Amino acid sequence: MAVALILLLVAIGSVLFHIYSPWWWTPIATNWAYIDHTINITFWITGFVFVAVIAFMAYCVFRFHHREGRRADYNPENKRLEWWLSVGTGVGVAAMLAPGLVVWHQFVTVPADATEVEVMGQQWQWSFRLPGKDGQLGTSDVRNIASDNPMGLNRDDRHAQDDVVIENGDLHLQVGKPVKVLLRSVDVLHDFYVPEFRAKMDMVPGMVTYFWITPIRTGTFDVLCAELCGAAHYQMRAKVIVDEEGEYHAWLEQQKTFAELSPARAVVRATYQSGGK
Amino acid sequence: MVDIPYEGIRGIPPAEVPEVELYHPRSWWTRYVFSQDAKVIAIQYSLTATAIGLVALVLSWLMRLQLGFPGTFSFIDANQYLQFITMHGMIMVIYLLTALFLGGFGNYLIPLMVGARDMVFPYVNMLSYWVYLLAVLVLASTFFVPGGPTGAGWTLYPPQAILSGTPGQDWGIILMMASLILFIIGFTMGGLNYVVTVLQARTRGMTLMRLPLTVWGIFTATVMALLAFPALFVASVMLLLDRLLGTSFFMPALVEMGTLSKYGGGSPLLFQHLFWFFGHPEVYIVALPAFGIVSDLISTHARKNIFGYRMMVWAIVAIGALSFIVWAHHMYVSGMFPQFGYFFATTTLIIAIPTAIKVYNWVLTLWRGDIHLTVPMLFALGFIITFVNGGLTGLFLGNVVVDVPLSDTMFVVAHFHMVMGVAPIMVVLGAIYHWYPKVTGRMLNEALGKFHFWVTFLGAYLIFFPMHYLGLLGVPRRYFELGDATFIPSSAHSLNAFISVVALTVGFSQMVFLFNLAWSLFKGEASGGNPWRATTLEWQTPETPPGHGNWGKELPVVYRWAYDYSVPGAAEDFIPQNQPPRATQLAQGAAS
Repeated sequence: MAVALILLLVAIGSVLFHIYSPWWWTPIATNWAYIDHTINITFWITGFVFVAVIAFMAYCVFRFHHREGRRADYNPENKRLEWWLSVGTGVGVAAMLAPGLVVWHQFVTVPADATEVEVMGQQWQWSFRLPGKDGQLGTSDVRNIASDNPMGLNRDDRHAQDDVVIENGDLHLQVGKPVKVLLRSVDVLHDFYVPEFRAKMDMVPGMVTYFWITPIRTGTFDVLCAELCGAAHYQMRAKVIVDEEGEYHAWLEQQKTFAELSPARAVVRATYQSGGK
Repeated sequence: MVDIPYEGIRGIPPAEVPEVELYHPRSWWTRYVFSQDAKVIAIQYSLTATAIGLVALVLSWLMRLQLGFPGTFSFIDANQYLQFITMHGMIMVIYLLTALFLGGFGNYLIPLMVGARDMVFPYVNMLSYWVYLLAVLVLASTFFVPGGPTGAGWTLYPPQAILSGTPGQDWGIILMMASLILFIIGFTMGGLNYVVTVLQARTRGMTLMRLPLTVWGIFTATVMALLAFPALFVASVMLLLDRLLGTSFFMPALVEMGTLSKYGGGSPLLFQHLFWFFGHPEVYIVALPAFGIVSDLISTHARKNIFGYRMMVWAIVAIGALSFIVWAHHMYVSGMFPQFGYFFATTTLIIAIPTAIKVYNWVLTLWRGDIHLTVPMLFALGFIITFVNGGLTGLFLGNVVVDVPLSDTMFVVAHFHMVMGVAPIMVVLGAIYHWYPKVTGRMLNEALGKFHFWVTFLGAYLIFFPMHYLGLLGVPRRYFELGDATFIPSSAHSLNAFISVVALTVGFSQMVFLFNLAWSLFKGEASGGNPWRATTLEWQTPETPPGHGNWGKELPVVYRWAYDYSVPGAAEDFIPQNQPPRATQLAQGAAS
């Protein structure tokens, strides 16, 4: 029976494709292997249901297709069967949902020792900011943005002066250190997306969003924008480089602080302010 | 009214449905153009939706050309690519599928299936179509205005939708909003009609639990649409005000092209909540009519009652209700309050249970059936496979933390095309093969139909199944070209080219279908009134195609549910709903 066979082949072909697909997720670079495990659990459960339903359907087509003189059964309901199928489905759903919610709890619970890094999106480039010696990021506001202050930092905030500001450069992270990535946009929605990190989150003007990761291996990774942000969305790229501790600090030493990047104006303002008091 | 002693008929309410004065067309214009007959309006809706749907099909070819062979077609630039995806999505979801299922199938089938002479408000019904046509024309006009149509993505997320970094910011977005507002006004007029007709104009004996599932699906979807579209309506009005008057409903203080804009104080997330409060029910507004119709196709062509009818009805109602509390699963990575994730993941996965029950009941209907592998049945089988596939990948995306790596990738594109693109279109096509004989009095050509089915089903599966794996790899959606990215191997580009070739093939194979529609209109085999030997009322009309007023002199009276196929002891393998019970059946209390 050709139709039944083709239906069955669709199911078998899908499973074989899944097993032999050369297209699979990228080697993970953060602590979020839990997410990959949850996806695998989901693949097993849904894959079983998919094959079972289609095999049953193909069997019905094979066994009960019209022949001369054939007559269908009259069988309006079967409460027991419907009840058991509902319960079985509920169990399968719970088996996917429970680990999902547990991992989500981890995902939204930032560890206390996480250091902060800020990523700022704008059409169509990325900027980064790391806290300076004081270990704290200064405040910012989109209204402060000027040619010598592209990230809109608050000049009156002493925490901002020593912040490390990276324009048009790459972001470096230290392997093994949990980091809370603060996300900010000055114009439209963007999304800081590194496939190997698994985590991603939209950046929304007027808000600060975040996710946290612990990089688990060194390497250089592509940053893409995952939320449509206008004409050059596809060109909004950068790189994240995960370093060993020594390399990381060597890199950090070379970066310029906010005060160094706009020293003249900062000095003038500082003088003005102290003079006013 | 037919004179039947009430006590002789179980389950028939004593209230009689009063005959109302039927309007009568007086000229060719009021009969075929400004018609108030739901059947004519249904055809007008269907033809208009198909016409704009063909535009969406061509747009999909253009975007597949770009994705499969980047850099080859110099006439497609990044702006146009965004305009293509935006208009393709918007047309397919709203102007094609919603309009076709509710305006097309709803108008044609509701009055016939419930045994009414027409919709209860025929004049408003006519207005509904003309406002819809206006909405389509306004939408189509954006291709010709300066700057072209909007390229904001079909989700139209502000701030980018109304800022200058997005194509179509000038006229495209304004006309898009205007068109959506018109569509919703037109739909509301039609939708009120469908609901009131189902509730008030059912013929004698047609209890709610005797309605064919097609009517249940369309009815529930319409109620949902009447509740969901207002959210899109207000969102559209507010976005239009932000764009035209410089208000800031959705616009925080932001920089536009390097300078501080005049906006401030609004919330981009508010738009997303409003949009998806509409947008998620919208998925089921398309799916529920498909669920209902496919149930009837399977039952009729397997010559067997639908398994678990009451459970099927409650599943439709439960899905409809639950779909209003899952919307934020589209926003897991939007930056909304993170604790929402628990709630929306739970509600979303709970929807899988009534949905799974429907799938089980479809395949259990096939069990010990007498399966005629007609073209409508083939499309129904194709629907089950694509819907199960797309539904199961929904369990990935609904499960909040699993969604984090997959959102905004091609996995999402593959998922929603499978579940609300391919699957409902399988039903639309199956339904056209099924009801074409009633609409025209002629059968569609079966050989062409089978060719059309196999190319469409296998082709669509080959397009969208592998696409999931591009998403797993991490390939983002809405990308004009992938450019240099170390994680994307060259084999992924080959897969994209393969998908594009199959997509073009499937697209062109639809021309065979259009040819079949036109050719069979004149040359098709005469069908008679009930070619599928079906039970529901629309197949029992005195004339085919049904005349004005549907039922001749007397309304039909309904004695049984819609699924009396292969009843033991009956001479035929179907008993129409309006066939009076014989004395023996009455004694046994059968037939309800």
